[in-house]
Amino acid sequence: MEFGLSEEQVMLQDALARFLAGTGGLERTRAFAAGKDRRAPDVLQGLAELGVTGLIIPEVHGGVGLSLLDAALAAEQLGRFVAPAPFAATAVMAPLALLRAGDAGQQATWLPKLASGATVAGVALSEITGARDGAGVEARDGKLHGRAQFVVDYEADLYIVADRARGLHLVAADAPGLARTDFRTIDATRPTGELVFDGVAAEPLTAGDGAAAVRAMIDAGRVMLAADTLGAAQEMLDQAAAYAKGRVQFGRSIATFQAVKHMCAEMAASLEPCRSLVWYAGHALDHLPDEAPVMACHAKAHLSEVGTFVARTATEVHGGMGFTDLVGLHYWFKRIGFNRQVLGGPQAVRAEAAALQGLAA
Amino acid sequence: MDLSYSAEYEAFRAEVRGFLETHRSQAPGQGGNGLTWQKLLIENGYAARTIPREYGGYGGEPDILKSRIIAEEFARAQLSPGLGGQGISMLVPTLLEVGSEDQKRQFIGPTLRGEMLWCQGYSEPNAGSDLAALATKGVLEGDHWVINGQKIWTSTAHLADWIFCLVRTEPDAPKHEGISFLLFDMKTPGIEIRPLVDMTGAANFNEVFFTDVRVPGHQIVGRRGEGWKVANAILRHERGSLADPNVMQSRLNALIDLMKAETLDGSRVIDNPVYRDRLMAIQGRVQALRCNDLRLLSAAVNRQSAPLAGMVVKLQGTELRHELEGFAIDVMGELGLLYGDTPRLRGGGSWQRDYMYFLGLIIGGGTSQIQKNIIAERGLDMPREPKLAKA
Repeated sequence: MEFGLSEEQVMLQDALARFLAGTGGLERTRAFAAGKDRRAPDVLQGLAELGVTGLIIPEVHGGVGLSLLDAALAAEQLGRFVAPAPFAATAVMAPLALLRAGDAGQQATWLPKLASGATVAGVALSEITGARDGAGVEARDGKLHGRAQFVVDYEADLYIVADRARGLHLVAADAPGLARTDFRTIDATRPTGELVFDGVAAEPLTAGDGAAAVRAMIDAGRVMLAADTLGAAQEMLDQAAAYAKGRVQFGRSIATFQAVKHMCAEMAASLEPCRSLVWYAGHALDHLPDEAPVMACHAKAHLSEVGTFVARTATEVHGGMGFTDLVGLHYWFKRIGFNRQVLGGPQAVRAEAAALQGLAA
Repeated sequence: MDLSYSAEYEAFRAEVRGFLETHRSQAPGQGGNGLTWQKLLIENGYAARTIPREYGGYGGEPDILKSRIIAEEFARAQLSPGLGGQGISMLVPTLLEVGSEDQKRQFIGPTLRGEMLWCQGYSEPNAGSDLAALATKGVLEGDHWVINGQKIWTSTAHLADWIFCLVRTEPDAPKHEGISFLLFDMKTPGIEIRPLVDMTGAANFNEVFFTDVRVPGHQIVGRRGEGWKVANAILRHERGSLADPNVMQSRLNALIDLMKAETLDGSRVIDNPVYRDRLMAIQGRVQALRCNDLRLLSAAVNRQSAPLAGMVVKLQGTELRHELEGFAIDVMGELGLLYGDTPRLRGGGSWQRDYMYFLGLIIGGGTSQIQKNIIAERGLDMPREPKLAKA
């Protein structure tokens, strides 16, 4: 019985943290947010060298063959450093799609490229986790029609697209008939947008059970976003506690005031159990298939709620400075806000958790 | 990460299940007697498991996983896990740690067997969160302590045979160094007990008044002035034991059953998406605490440390349980108001009772506000509030 991280897992987190700090951390993110480039190749290159892009891809396909729990630990670090890098789709959901539903040729073609970072893959779930603006993609006669919004890791070379019937398709970013519309969101660290399919020829993934693969992709994607929020919220709490200790008002550190102290304690008390919830949900993806969908929903919804609370409270502990771009806390605030809505907001995900347990009408 | 139990532990689990099947009819509530059941549990190592045999325990090696398996299997079988109470959960571990050999031999055995029931004399009207401000006086006259003062929130004082009590014996010492930990018989002359009715309608608490109560000098645990240290060891014990996530899980299951059974305008409450959303939010939080508990269990087994995970248990556990019970009342609406001996009562009134009872637990055993101070100061390393200069 062991419910904790192994030495290797701690080393993975440390190595990733060292690399991300070395890229400049918040300064790198600021430069990305201010620049015209929609990709940060230096960050992606570093992640590839550390094996992060190929984390869950089997060694035979050029990856490192680690688990989805390991991927969640990596996601936590990316959130902690508000890293401007694709991950949830290109390193987790897309490889899962290929591994679960791709044939040997498709796996051999794409998995090594995803592992090396040479190809970035986005995932468009055709609004299976919630359709807005009437979006959705249909497959007719081997061609895709319709729209997919809020593509995960949108700035990509390859898309894995689910149609309304949960069939999966590979589409090159430059495929004829595919139009891309870039969106600007609050979160400058992860570009997103819309894909419009006008009879786009697509290559279907037909080797496995497409619906089961889509389920696995959604579950894993949700746990990755939850883990990203965990890292981001922990960083915000750490910054808030440090700021409170250093800030002097009325002749004393504001950390001595119970009003401030209790805000920090409430953040810690809410967030600490979330760490175990994310670990468990990650472990469930790997080893407890019956529990994984519900635990992924709970991790996603609960981390969204706690993350939102921490994001607001940590900002408030900083007083007026928390509101400014100078301190830059808003990068984490917005990242947590992004994670909350993508792949289903908390209310939608909780409704799904109830349905998965047979509790819905 | 490995959540499986080794063959040794699976075999142990089978053994516990076998025991419970064989002896089910002897359990209290199934026709058996509580004291006889307790004796049977100790003999088989399912109660007082790690307490040495010479003091009346089973004498087993400490094994956190086996203790957990025992708790899980008794809960699953819905049979009494044996006697509890402050004597067994708090005094016995303290005596084992700091009691004299005579004290261990005199008190532990009868306490474990349920022959000696204890109450805890800590809080006073002017010493609540600031427990070390307690003022009940103990003066050594010849070979007896003479005790005067008042305690409050004393659970089971009206049933208790003995009390373990914090008394100020060194009035000139700094406040944490002037307290001693005394044990005495509740039948000693000069003790008056007044029941304190709480908001649930029960009188589990009491006020206890001491007037010239004479206690033999040797009935002190630890040395004079060391009572605070002794008491703190016990308080740590209490905080950990207040919120059991497995109990929370079974209460959540009962809530789901309730939502399937209750109707609003002819439809099951569980089919109403507003109520269902709230249920799922609570379920998510229960899961987070269960996972946190798993982490604490694993840390204890593998001798790792997860201090913050432990510090949040009392605060989060009591707050969540209070909310869960309160939500069940909302599920029942007006029917949720029914309480006591009345028609149409649901669940024996347990939802209202626990809703109130857990507000008591939010306050008792270190209030939520004190918990937050502890989390901030010990968990986040934030500074203490400066002391006011004496006027």
